[in-house]
Amino acid sequence: MSASDFAIRAYRVKKNYGKSTDGPGLNGLTMEVPRGTIHGLLGPNGAGKTTAVKIFSTLLRLDEGEASVAGYDVTAEGHRVRERIGLVGQYAAVDEQLTGWQNLEMFGRLYRLPLKQARLRAEQLLGQFGLTEAGSQQVAKYSGGMRRRLDLAASLIVSPEVLFVDEPTTGLDPLARQEVWQAIQSLKEAGTTVLLTTQYLEEADQLADRISILKDGRIIQEGTPDSLKSSFGGDRLDITLLTQEDASSAAAILRELGDGGFSVDEANNRISVPVSDRTGSLLRAASAFAASGLEPLDMVLRRPTLDEVFIHYTTRSDYRDTKEATQA
Amino acid sequence: MTTQAKGLTATPPRASRFRFALVDVWVLTKRELLHWIGNPWGIIIGLLFPVLMVLMFGFLFGGAMSVPGGGSYFDFLMPGMFAMTMFFGVESTVLAITTDASKGVTDRFRSLPIHASSVVLGRCMVDMLNSVLALAVLMVTGLLLGWRWNGAWEHALLAVGLLLLLRFALLWVGIFIGLSARNAQAVSALQILVWPIGFLSNVFVDTSTMPAWLGAIASFNPLSSTATATRELFMNPGAQGDTWISQSAMLLAVAWPIVLLAIFFPLAVRRYRRLNR
Repeated sequence: MSASDFAIRAYRVKKNYGKSTDGPGLNGLTMEVPRGTIHGLLGPNGAGKTTAVKIFSTLLRLDEGEASVAGYDVTAEGHRVRERIGLVGQYAAVDEQLTGWQNLEMFGRLYRLPLKQARLRAEQLLGQFGLTEAGSQQVAKYSGGMRRRLDLAASLIVSPEVLFVDEPTTGLDPLARQEVWQAIQSLKEAGTTVLLTTQYLEEADQLADRISILKDGRIIQEGTPDSLKSSFGGDRLDITLLTQEDASSAAAILRELGDGGFSVDEANNRISVPVSDRTGSLLRAASAFAASGLEPLDMVLRRPTLDEVFIHYTTRSDYRDTKEATQA
Repeated sequence: MTTQAKGLTATPPRASRFRFALVDVWVLTKRELLHWIGNPWGIIIGLLFPVLMVLMFGFLFGGAMSVPGGGSYFDFLMPGMFAMTMFFGVESTVLAITTDASKGVTDRFRSLPIHASSVVLGRCMVDMLNSVLALAVLMVTGLLLGWRWNGAWEHALLAVGLLLLLRFALLWVGIFIGLSARNAQAVSALQILVWPIGFLSNVFVDTSTMPAWLGAIASFNPLSSTATATRELFMNPGAQGDTWISQSAMLLAVAWPIVLLAIFFPLAVRRYRRLNR
């Protein structure tokens, strides 16, 4: 791929706030996001997700390294970058004291739309996000979900080349969550690149083409959701028991079978065993349980969840460099 | 379609940029005006507060006050209150700026392809408009209660000009402080500080009645120079003085705001650009 195929590029970006209370810094962030994809940027609190997005959106200046968005350098060509991006979520807010309609008209005007077009677009977007009725209400009176949809609408006034989205579905009911996800998917189909930061790994799993895991200001893992799950080390056998007693005797049996390294979720009487030969392990465990009269509620073979991958990498101290560990 | 495209390219980029900047400032000014409509009580209380102070000081304390060189205390008080109102305006500027910054609205504006100064200029326009309104309300109140100016019309206009010049300079102080303030506590600390700074001037009492050292500090308050110059132009009592600072009030009422502007305008613009850095 040539340089222009990337919507976001960062090369050894460093950012050091004077005081740590101002925010986490970046410590040599390197990443590339191809155009027209949804990229998840995941990391624990304080990893530097917001700092990275603020640098990409020109709200914050980097100390060292290079970063470009939509083909323009964030430091030297900030204005060009700002013409091509949208921000959603905690990075930027709409005006609470205005109505939804007034907000959209205002932002439309600031995006250089003529008055008539700005009003037309405001109405379109209110309709598209189910806010037509609420349009004349002050945003301060909106519910969480309405605000989030207005937020999304405000950043789509002129369709941005790159959209930065933070936790778009926090606090939404499942239906509204589906709607927002669909909106983001259809943006991607229209050619917009989306950088998604979220704490909800399910969200990233659903939406992202690729995922970068950020820790202490640098990327420690990168890949597609599937490749990240595979790189974490294969499948799991989840066994759920009826009682705690059953769970401990099941654990004893598994230990005898030599299926070490399993974890026990005591609250749910669930044992999770990493397995290499899927059916073999399942059969061995099942017949051992049957022989000793144990009857599990549930035995499920599954792939690791992104949550497990995430926790594994972000709590590990001996992480490797990003590139070596990456496989697409 | 083609003619439209032609028309766009025919516009010199610099001129169109300037036109866009004007539109931006207008859109952002309109935003603030819509806040007034959305929350009219905020603005009404803001306008009535100086009136309340005039009533308090004019009628509650006025009887006990003696004006140096004679004349009614009310005539002494009114020009002082005009200057004081300009000074109190800083509070609303700081509050508006910190609210926007803390809610993330400022970051949204900064992520838009608009010129950095448009946002602060919009703030500036609306605060000046607010001050003009406040001044008008206060002058009408004064006239109703018996305050008169005795000078010429053009002097009265000049006085209003000096008052607004002070407000304009203080506005940038307010923008700078608002952008620098990290949290609501810092703002409420400032709201308390406004009072002693405002009172440490010749707005309510002549500085010659204060202890010498305190009087000296009070007369160096930019507020004092504007108040004295305004008294002189309205030909209200209290304008004459025997120190250099009170005799040069006219000059200082221009010089102080210019000095404040020279310091705080660039600081405020830099703060805005480097917010969070």
